[in-house]
Amino acid sequence: MAEHVIEIKHLKKSFGENPVLKDIDFSISKGETVSVIGSSGSGKSTMLRCINLLETPTGGEILFHGKNIQTELEVSKYRAKVVMVFQSFNLFNNLNVLQNCVIGQTTVLGRGKEEARKKAMEYLEKVGMTPYINAKPRQLSGGQKQRVAIARALAMDPEVILFDEPTSALDPEMVGEVLSVMKRLSESGMTMIVVTHEMAFARDVSDRVIFMNDGYICEQGAPEEVFGAPKREETKNFLSRFLNQ
Amino acid sequence: MSLFEDISKVWSKYGDTILSGIANTVIISIIGTLIGLLIGLINGIIRTVPKPKNPVAKVVLTVVNWVINVYVEVFRGTPMMVQAMIIYWGYAYMNAGSTLPLIPAGIVIVSINTGAYITEIVRGGIISIDRGQFEGSASIGMSHFQTMIHIIIPQVMRNILPSVSNEFVVNIKDTSVLNVIGVTELYFYAASAAKNSYKIFASYLIACAIYFCLTFTITRILRLAERLIEGKENYTVFGSQSDFPAEIHVSKEESANG
Repeated sequence: MAEHVIEIKHLKKSFGENPVLKDIDFSISKGETVSVIGSSGSGKSTMLRCINLLETPTGGEILFHGKNIQTELEVSKYRAKVVMVFQSFNLFNNLNVLQNCVIGQTTVLGRGKEEARKKAMEYLEKVGMTPYINAKPRQLSGGQKQRVAIARALAMDPEVILFDEPTSALDPEMVGEVLSVMKRLSESGMTMIVVTHEMAFARDVSDRVIFMNDGYICEQGAPEEVFGAPKREETKNFLSRFLNQ
Repeated sequence: MSLFEDISKVWSKYGDTILSGIANTVIISIIGTLIGLLIGLINGIIRTVPKPKNPVAKVVLTVVNWVINVYVEVFRGTPMMVQAMIIYWGYAYMNAGSTLPLIPAGIVIVSINTGAYITEIVRGGIISIDRGQFEGSASIGMSHFQTMIHIIIPQVMRNILPSVSNEFVVNIKDTSVLNVIGVTELYFYAASAAKNSYKIFASYLIACAIYFCLTFTITRILRLAERLIEGKENYTVFGSQSDFPAEIHVSKEESANG
């Protein structure tokens, strides 16, 4: 088995009295694409936000290459390696498309302007956004914004990309363009954790599917197993509800 | 004797002196507003620093925040005329009677006073920025300071410019209270023209007209600045007008992971 890039041990997170993550254990290997599915409120996004340290875990630990991300690593360096793509894009409104992909490189990675620009152009081309480098985020469609957000994440040369429901805020006809970029990424060997409601993506693209329910990982396995022959009652219920919609 | 004759009389005799007061009024209010803005921005950045884990840093931050709060409350809660007297004569009291030069003293007073108001304006400006902007930059590793300088403050500046223009206009008018410490600005000369010519109404009408011309010009200039910051509505499309589907540009050989 390949080396574990991220290992999560007994992760817990409560907001006040309200426990959201109760005991999460899982790890992801290099090059793996893991889809996390589950109903709203099951803790999927919170888990992802804990991995990026946007939320501080209240218990357990998260290891990155065997090192505790809270105590043994510098937050900014770690985040540059494990970047996040959001449901609401979160592009920088005051910067144009190109600058959005440059700013992280120059500030966090200390790259020169020219190098950062070249790198940004390279990734913007991969997501098909080169014609729009001068546009401001407000001038783009949702699908275009999300592709820029992916290019911004890629420009950091990360080891892992966390996707937090990247297509949930998009119009149906724009979902495809974003998913196809993600599929390419997965095929190129990027390590990805994808929280998603796109069951087709989870089934066809990911190497492993995790079903979360009520703050726990309820079931996980290869997509064929989870979708084809779910073992747990909760998984069956969720999938039947979802697929019958 | 008609009012017009009064005005022209005062103007021909004291016009030059009154106009010479404009320079000080403008200098004090421009520099005062700019320094006030700087104070406000720095305070805004400090006030929004996330709680540090280090206990010493936590205590330092709490104390600094407390000092900023006291500063804001005290300087917003007292009249600038009183602040001018206290700062000017307080300095003299503590330095064996030697006083501050008047123009710098005026600038200091206006800066500190404006800083207190703009601190609150900046705080409102930062609160109004979507949390996603902070998370977007945090998620790729940018620090609080980097986020503030490159992402948040530019957006805050655009949003608070109307309020800052407001402060600027207030300052042009309120430098008049600095005459209590003897700063020779527009109001000071208008008042002395009134005293010397006994044409009080005419003298202050002239001052009024000049104040209005100043504030009106400045609000127009700042409105223009707002539009410049806003930027163009359009953008140039590079290469082609059509939006290529993503697949066309992604080649398999180019591994995204390097």
